[in-house]
This record gives sequence, structure tokens and C-alpha cells, in this order.
Amino acid sequence: MDYLMGVKGPDFVMICSDSAASHSIISIKKDEDKLIPIDSNKLFGVAGEAGDRVNFSEYIIANVKLYALRNNTELSTKAVANFTRGELAKALRKAPYHCHLLLGGYDKSTGPSLYWMDYLGTLTKLNTGGTGYGSMFVLSLFDKLWHPNLTEAEGLDMMKQGIAEVKRRLVTAPSNYIIKIIDANGIRIVKNWDQDV
Amino acid sequence: MSARYDRAITVFSPDGHLFQVEYALEAVRKGTLAVGVRGKDTIVLGVEKKAAAKLQDARTVRKIVKIDEHICLAFAGLTADARVLVNRARMEAQSYRLTLDEQVSVDHITKYIAGVQQKYTQSGGVRPFGISTLIVGFDPAGAPQLYQTDPSGIHSAWKATAIGRNSKTIREFLEKNYIETSGKDTVKLAIKALLETVEAGSKSIEVAVMDKEHGLRVWTDEEVDALVKEVEAEKAAAEASKRGGAGQAGAV
Repeated sequence: MDYLMGVKGPDFVMICSDSAASHSIISIKKDEDKLIPIDSNKLFGVAGEAGDRVNFSEYIIANVKLYALRNNTELSTKAVANFTRGELAKALRKAPYHCHLLLGGYDKSTGPSLYWMDYLGTLTKLNTGGTGYGSMFVLSLFDKLWHPNLTEAEGLDMMKQGIAEVKRRLVTAPSNYIIKIIDANGIRIVKNWDQDV
Repeated sequence: MSARYDRAITVFSPDGHLFQVEYALEAVRKGTLAVGVRGKDTIVLGVEKKAAAKLQDARTVRKIVKIDEHICLAFAGLTADARVLVNRARMEAQSYRLTLDEQVSVDHITKYIAGVQQKYTQSGGVRPFGISTLIVGFDPAGAPQLYQTDPSGIHSAWKATAIGRNSKTIREFLEKNYIETSGKDTVKLAIKALLETVEAGSKSIEVAVMDKEHGLRVWTDEEVDALVKEVEAEKAAAEASKRGGAGQAGAV
């Protein structure tokens, strides 16, 4: 089961996902990147049905790109979130996309934002959010640790604690995780976060 | 009733002409000039800027547009028709990306645009697009490409070409003076060609350069002015030496 967690600070958004791709009891790959960049300062964390994950996120990314080329301007994170939710809602009563998404982005004018979406077309803006069985163990922990002036180091520490908790308590916990951070400089992968876990 | 509007407008004349297409080409000939020059590693699009009305914001009148990150288009003719065609091309570029997980090649998008233009010469109730386009980009192997399409739906690759006002003169100039260039020399050649019929200066010329590292870049007014000055200085020097040489020959 996919694990996605996101945390927003005053000047960054950090999103973590597991990197396992499996088919029932078989592990296909352990380095699947489920944190997909939409453009230089937004990314989707996508969890759920494998085909829908890729199909849906690629569809959204192509449309975001088309908008940017047509109008010579990039969409804001809020606009992308609402567009994505709209597509999920449209598809719901025809051929639903079975995926949950976390959208993290940094806009020059409004700063960082984190949005949570599910396959029913729910959209909500959050400070901390996540999907999957793992998130059940971690949401209340994050509620305790989060505060409005979170630093990047504290955010990373929250992620590490969350991952440790999942590994401790979830029977089928994934073994590998990826953490990405978005700030004014764009998107980057947090390397070697697991060296001292 | 729609039955009335399904009849074709573009029909053959007794001597085999498609007059609507030829009239569309006339519309193109009235449009402002666009020049394309292909170098070894650079492609340059130069366009004649139409004199903007005093109260108009000149920046909103764009003749060089991006189709995708790596493909660029300039046109001559009816601006509104160009807007529609460019929109279709942009959608095709993204659709290609979505379906094939690859960026579209210059060749493919040219064929697509030419195909759309041809369709409008063979459909009911529509008229041909009144534009010719210059499409530039790099092919997957990294070689620069320049293609041209016109209202009839023809498309072909060129080393250098011009469309719009006085394009025949410019094309003749290019035929006489084309050599394989790279980098700034390619831009100089494009500007030299433009200056044959366009007034010198950034007020009337817009230049966009595409190369491998920086992708597409539209030059600032200052950069255009600087290079125009260089080109004019070179021209003056060449003429002076010619005159000086002829003078000497005369003296002997």
C-alpha cells in the first residue's frame, strides 16, 4: 500500500513517499519515484492503482504545460489543484481514477502550499497530510510535532520519525522512501536522509 | 440549415487553379516579413515588426511563438488565422508527448500544420488559412531544422527562406549570400537579409535565436540594435574598400 506524507513550512513544502512498486506479493522495483514534478516548482505525490497513477498524472501535466505555452504564464498551485480535482470529479461517475494525490507547490506570490485530493474529487488545503495505511500511524504524530514556524530540519525530522513509526507498526511496511522538498529554488531530492535513521 | 453551408468554397477553376488558395497566398504576401536562417548549430528567426499604434502595447503583438519548449514558429499573413493554427499545433505537441512520452519532432509538427492547412482547402464551408509559417527546432539527432508551410498545405525544409512582404527579394539575397554559418554569424546573416527591405533598428526588427544550450531566446532591443550597428559598419567598410579599390584601379 502506498505511503504518502506531506508537510508545509513557512517557506517550503516537503513530501515523502515510499518507493516500492509491487504486484500482490511480488516486489517489482524498490526505487519507483512516485513524486512527479509538474513544472519547476510543483509536484504530485500520487498513490493508488499503478496504471491510473501514471496515466492521470501525465494527463494533468500535459494540460498544465499546454496552458503555460498558450498563455505564456505558469499556473499557480491553487489553480492546478482545482483543475486536478475537477478532472477527478468529472471522471468519478464515468471511469474513476483510483488515486490519491498530494500536490505540493511554491508560488512566488503566495509561498508554499500543500493540497490533498482523493479519488472522489475531495480537495483540501493542509499543513500536514497523507494517504495510505502508513499515514494512519503518522497523522496524529505530525499534529503533535507541527508548528507554524517549522524549519526544513524540523520538517525532515518529522518525516524520519514518521517513516520509523511506519516501519515499526505496519506489517507490510515498505523498506525504501523518497523525500523531496520544494522551496523558492525549485524542487530537489533530499539525499541520504536515511543515513542516520 | 447546415446543408447550405457544406458546399466547398475552394473549387477548381477550368484551367486547374484553386483560386481561394492563390488568394490566400496573396494575403500572405501582404503580411509583414519573416526570415528564417539555419546555421550549423543555430537557427534564427527574424521578423519585421509592424509599426505599432501609439497607444498600443507593442509587447502584446507577438509574431514569434513557442509551440513547445524546443519548437518555435513565425508566420506571415492573417494574425488571427495564425493564432488558431498555433493553438492546434500546441495541442498536437502535448498530445504527442502524452501518447508517446517523447517530445514531438520538428518534422512531425510541420507535417501536422501543413495537413491542417490542406484540410481547409478541401472541406465544406471553410476557407484556407491566410498564413505561411516558418517552423524551427532541433531534430532528435541534434541537427537544426527550418521548415516552411503555406496555405496550400505544402511543406518543405529550407536552409534559409523568407515569407511575407518583399520575400522574393530577400530570398534572392539569401540565395546569393547563403553560407554555412554558426552562432552569431547566423544571426548576422538573418539581419543582413532583413535589412534589405526593412528599416534598421530594434523598432522594426525582432530576432529570436534557437541553439542547443539555451533553447529559444528572443533578443532584447539593445542586443538587436548592437548587432544591426555591427552589420551596417561591416557593410560600410566593404563599400569603402570597394570604392577605394575601384578608385585605385581608375588611377592606374
